[in-house]
Amino acid sequence: MNVAIVKYNAGNICSVVNAVRRLGTEPLVTDSPEALMKADRVIFPGQGEASHTMTYLRQHKLDEVIRSLKQPVLGICIGMQLMCRHSEEGDTACLGIFDAEVKRFVPALRTDKVPQMGWNTISNTRSPLFKGFAPEEFVYFVHSYYVPLNADTAAQTHYIQPYSAALQRDNFYATQFHPEKSGMVGERILRNFMEI
Amino acid sequence: MLAKRIIPCLDIKDGQTVKGTNFVNLRQAGDPVELGSAYSKQGADELVYLDITASHEGRKTFTELVGRIAAAINIPFTVGGGINELADVDRLLGAGADKVSINSAAIRRPELVDEIAGKFGSQVCVVAIDARETDGNWECYLNGGRVATGRNLFDWAREVCDRGAGEILFTSMNHDGVKCGFANEALARLADELTIPVIASGGAGEMAHFRDAFTDGKADAALAASVFHFGEIAIPELKHYLQAEGISVRI
Repeated sequence: MNVAIVKYNAGNICSVVNAVRRLGTEPLVTDSPEALMKADRVIFPGQGEASHTMTYLRQHKLDEVIRSLKQPVLGICIGMQLMCRHSEEGDTACLGIFDAEVKRFVPALRTDKVPQMGWNTISNTRSPLFKGFAPEEFVYFVHSYYVPLNADTAAQTHYIQPYSAALQRDNFYATQFHPEKSGMVGERILRNFMEI
Repeated sequence: MLAKRIIPCLDIKDGQTVKGTNFVNLRQAGDPVELGSAYSKQGADELVYLDITASHEGRKTFTELVGRIAAAINIPFTVGGGINELADVDRLLGAGADKVSINSAAIRRPELVDEIAGKFGSQVCVVAIDARETDGNWECYLNGGRVATGRNLFDWAREVCDRGAGEILFTSMNHDGVKCGFANEALARLADELTIPVIASGGAGEMAHFRDAFTDGKADAALAASVFHFGEIAIPELKHYLQAEGISVRI
């Protein structure tokens, strides 16, 4: 299995590389359109800021490449947000794979800290990513922006309000949380992604 | 529901885990990667590795260790100790750490917090604060409690929060190593005044102390070392206890 990880100006790609290695596969970290198109699986990970990362993707023509991919693609965290239509972060037009708007958390209570940082439960899962899951499982989130529930929501969670923990449309999969940092549960999600 | 986090802290010297009582009298407590994996399997939510080696050589050893931890462990981990400038942060995040914890360097040059948040995002920037209460005044200390700074805990915490810190790791020097519970009043005040998560540190001796840090202290996470390293409290038991006490934990 050839697993390619999209190389761009986002942080924390290293932990995704390590997670794929723990599954017994050596991933290729690349920004080459040919390599990405040829891979069996593509992971689009990262931490970062929406407008800077989108600018980089456009300059390197990676926006068109990602949109055109036919194999299973997994966006993680900012990767998922960039796969949406638009983000409030830097008022950024994104890839538009998912017809959804990325919004900033607005604290409702004094105790609502932003970013959300830590382990939260996901439920109402409907995607092969979550094969073999219990009704609620804990996964690790770090984010200040969220995707509201929509037609492509593949798992939901609750922080301040309910929102999308995962999205899926056709061959495009995405998680707001970090499967690479979510212990055994996260490992199962990555393994499920490899087995789709 | 967002869970309260339990975080074992591993002090590292020359590649080995150690833990001080009141910051002195270090004792050996195992291999850092093995210990971290064991904690992760037991249900630790996060790990903190603090490099207490001062030498340049030791720092290189620690960076290599961070790489090995990142390869082996599938939960988030924070590293701290000896971080003085942006290049140190770059090096440790590059080796695979999820977050860095800065302490003395931030007090010496507060702009470092802005720089880390600006370059890598607030989520990687944990500001550790060691403070001691004397006659009702909480003062920040440096170098494991040897150097008083004249800075007030609450003022300093608010400042780093405004500068872009992602979390505060607050250690009460009055409580650290004493095992009589966390500094819950000060913790609750920090939680009320700040818009970022607060990690309680210093004082864990029994399971009820963790409960109190989450309820009375309103902490988002609680960190401890020796009670975990020496098996006085087992994480699975602690989590079941907290759940029975009505606290949201990951089990």
